[in-house]
Amino acid sequence: MAETIFRTRALTKVYATGALEVQALRGIDFDATRGEFVVLLGPSGSGKSTFLNIIGGLDRATSGEVWFTDHPLATMAERELTLYRRDHVGFVFQFYNLVPSLTARENVQLVTEIARDPMRAEEALEIVGLADRLDHFPAQLSGGEQQRVAIARAIAKRPEVLLCDEPTGALDSQTGVRVLEALVRVNADLGATTLVITHNAAIQEIAHRVVHFGDGRILSTHVNAERKPPSVISW
Amino acid sequence: MSALRRKLLRDLIRLWPQALAIALVMAAGAATLILGVGTHASLSDTRAAYYERNRFADVFADLTRAPAVFADEIAHIPGVAAVEPRVSKLALLDLPGMIEPASAMMVSLPDWREQRLDLLHMMRGRKPTPGDDREVVVSEPFAKANRFEPGATFSALINGRKRVLEIVGIALSPEYVYAMGPGDLMPDDRRFGIVWMSEKALAAAWDLTGAFSTVHVALMRDASVADVIQRLDGMLTRYGGLGAYGRKDQTSHAFLDAELKQLEAMARILPPIFLVVAAFLVNMTLTRLIALEREQIGLLKALGYSDLAVGAHYLEFVAAIAVIGSILGVGLGTWLGNGMARLYGDFYHFPFLVFRMEVSTWIIALAVTLTAAFGGAAAAVAGVVRLPPAVAMQPPAPARYRHGLADRLYRLLAVRQTLVMVIRHVSHKPMRSLGSVFGIALSVSVLVGTLWVFGSTELMIDVTFNRANRQDSSVGFAHARSWSALSDVAALPGVLTVEPYRSIPVKIRNGAVERRVAISGKPRGGDLSRVLGRGFVPVTLPEEGIALSDMLARILHVEVGDLVEVELLERDRRRVEVPVTVIIEGYLGLDAYMDLGAANRMMREGALVDGVHVAYDEAKRAAFFDKLKTTPVAGFVTLQRMALIKFRETLAENMYIMIAVYVSLGMIIAFGVVYNFARISLSEQGREMASLRVLGLSRGEVSGILLAELALLTLAAQPLGWVIGRGIAEAMVRAFESELYRVPIVVGPEVYAWASAVVIFAAFASAAVVRRRIDRLDLIEVLKTRE
Repeated sequence: MAETIFRTRALTKVYATGALEVQALRGIDFDATRGEFVVLLGPSGSGKSTFLNIIGGLDRATSGEVWFTDHPLATMAERELTLYRRDHVGFVFQFYNLVPSLTARENVQLVTEIARDPMRAEEALEIVGLADRLDHFPAQLSGGEQQRVAIARAIAKRPEVLLCDEPTGALDSQTGVRVLEALVRVNADLGATTLVITHNAAIQEIAHRVVHFGDGRILSTHVNAERKPPSVISW
Repeated sequence: MSALRRKLLRDLIRLWPQALAIALVMAAGAATLILGVGTHASLSDTRAAYYERNRFADVFADLTRAPAVFADEIAHIPGVAAVEPRVSKLALLDLPGMIEPASAMMVSLPDWREQRLDLLHMMRGRKPTPGDDREVVVSEPFAKANRFEPGATFSALINGRKRVLEIVGIALSPEYVYAMGPGDLMPDDRRFGIVWMSEKALAAAWDLTGAFSTVHVALMRDASVADVIQRLDGMLTRYGGLGAYGRKDQTSHAFLDAELKQLEAMARILPPIFLVVAAFLVNMTLTRLIALEREQIGLLKALGYSDLAVGAHYLEFVAAIAVIGSILGVGLGTWLGNGMARLYGDFYHFPFLVFRMEVSTWIIALAVTLTAAFGGAAAAVAGVVRLPPAVAMQPPAPARYRHGLADRLYRLLAVRQTLVMVIRHVSHKPMRSLGSVFGIALSVSVLVGTLWVFGSTELMIDVTFNRANRQDSSVGFAHARSWSALSDVAALPGVLTVEPYRSIPVKIRNGAVERRVAISGKPRGGDLSRVLGRGFVPVTLPEEGIALSDMLARILHVEVGDLVEVELLERDRRRVEVPVTVIIEGYLGLDAYMDLGAANRMMREGALVDGVHVAYDEAKRAAFFDKLKTTPVAGFVTLQRMALIKFRETLAENMYIMIAVYVSLGMIIAFGVVYNFARISLSEQGREMASLRVLGLSRGEVSGILLAELALLTLAAQPLGWVIGRGIAEAMVRAFESELYRVPIVVGPEVYAWASAVVIFAAFASAAVVRRRIDRLDLIEVLKTRE
């Protein structure tokens, strides 16, 4: 049995905005093991991003347990959460969130400068296929290239987990596939547990396991008997 | 209310801290404008009204003695409207409860007619009974300083005879708005006053019955002052005239003029600084607001709002800030102006104060502020007007950064990427960064440009009292006396050193330029009252020739080696040509010095002295003063040490108020600039900062990026601020300079240090406010949205 990286039990999240209360998560029990590639599927508002934010240490649950290996995230102080993100988590977002005033290499160095055992920035960019774009500023790169820089930035610290929120959401099919290929390769080469949020059902076939979210709950989970390479999918 | 107006209102509420920071800078500009213009107008109107109501004379002349009927001849000079002959003489006073001697200008009041000129403004009591030789009216400041009420008595040494005088009235006079005793460098109301007395009684005391020793003349509206002076001088020569002079040489009037000139300079120098900064802040903030609202602008235009309507919307936003700033400024300026005018009223003793805060001044302040605001907004709003809706609705192209020469350097030095971010962000919009540096520099410069005054006042004190006039006291004689007088003074109890001097009233002339001055004759090797040359080194006066202060030399356009014409105003009114042998440094008045022997030779007199400088034993001070008050040795006594102590007290009182005002003004600018820059920078980089927080950078590391930017700008601004501040100081010195005094410009390192410390503190404060916002950045929100 592979080591459990994430474990949540009866996780809930309530957003209170004025008089209005929104129940974003209604009791999530979830486990992920080391090296697993999980796709979280669901329509917008189903709670998948809230879930990802909580296990990524960006947000706090209202009740329930969240464990990263044997560390309880729910009781960590702000400072500890920052360290948790710094040392263990790689994030990839829909809108890349690169620093426009830094080149591809420098954006990756932002992370390698503070990480404990990072790879070289050039190496990370090589993994995502951008060895020839090291000194380009974000404005000089295409959307897919920018997203791959973001992936390189996320993996350069050799994270245990890679959390991706709609990584292909802003990209066309062809470019999106190249980004997914990078993710699959990183997952395989580095063994980082990878969670990918998407509402794009086509992507589920590249995962080990698919979790369906709806109305703040996990509706169903299924394991792909056979994973497909990203190159054969399209949307 | 239209939808656009509602948006305007909400924008103002949403952006209130930035809007307020800008409004405060504008308010400071408007306030200094109103303060300067308003106080100037108040003071000059009050003076004009006072002069008018109390018929202040236009021409003044002192003489030895002229028969009373001669006044009628003066009245016949063309252009003369009224003549007031009178007796006025200095007297030593012995005031109850005061160990040191005081002195008074004794002035006669006509017994059988009303005063024609320089009418007394009675504050309390009444005028003396005609012919009464005991009743007097005293000047109000003198009465106040000594807590005199009508009914109080004091004694005076009048023409060598001790008399007891009784105060029956307290009054003000337009000719003594600024009253300074003979030989004094600043007013001392406790020790010098004006005493008015029946003409008959005063004339009898000085053997001037049926005669006068001073004449004041009022002129008709179109009369020439110079012509009347010339005629008067001609007529008075045979009566021992000391040379007539106009208002510009009348002490009280000249000091008020100098003060008005300073106020005018302040109104000219300070407000533009604030308004330039305000314009820049408007520009910076509006440009960012418009960048953020690009899509809304496109939408409004797409909906059918005209280009002008959309442009006007942003102008209204700016106008609203300017109006708020102006209102704050008008309120603040009026409040400060009231306080300031009252301060002046107290200091100068006007019987009333015309405090004019005219609507026109307010309108000027509003107009100037609006102009600055619109000036700052012009470029940004023009951009809005030009922006085609289709382009506007698309998100702006991402900021393009280019490789710079420094890139290799960063890599070579392994500069942290966060620092690279800082440097690239600052250099990406160089005009904005330079503008901010300039703005912060101006806040430094306001402080440097004002705080230096205190250091240079110290220098003036040091030079005047510690290096030049080192005597404790000067004893002046009513008439020049022989050298034996020196031993009389030396024989007084407690006297350690004596040093004689001459003081010769002359007109000094080069071509058409002339000035009335007193030539000080000083003995060789004198160690009490010294003449300082360039670099404040004591100089020995040459046996021949005259030494001029650099200000006087400048006015007369002469240098060492040139000849000046000296017209003696005493004795035979001879004119003598004298070579200028030394140019000396001095800050107060127009000075001319001669060797004592040379001075006496010029006068064709033997060894005469007009007074004696004294150093006394502090322990025997009381005995020394006591003797002075009772023996008819002195015509007047100047106490330099005591005057200095009093001057320092006054200075300290005013200094703290002034420092508080200037420091607040400087901090307003610094806070306004730094805060706005930080908010805009945060608005541009907030998303990046939140991303960095997600990537695992701590709050401190992320705030560090913005704070490093602010630190970089603030530090870069310091040297520039010092240079501009020094320039402001020089502009002020030039604007303040008058023939009465010249302010030395000394900007010591402590001035720069204080200015920088205050500004850096203000920058810290605004950074701390912004830092709280960074700490509260919403990490999730920022990831979900596209900029």
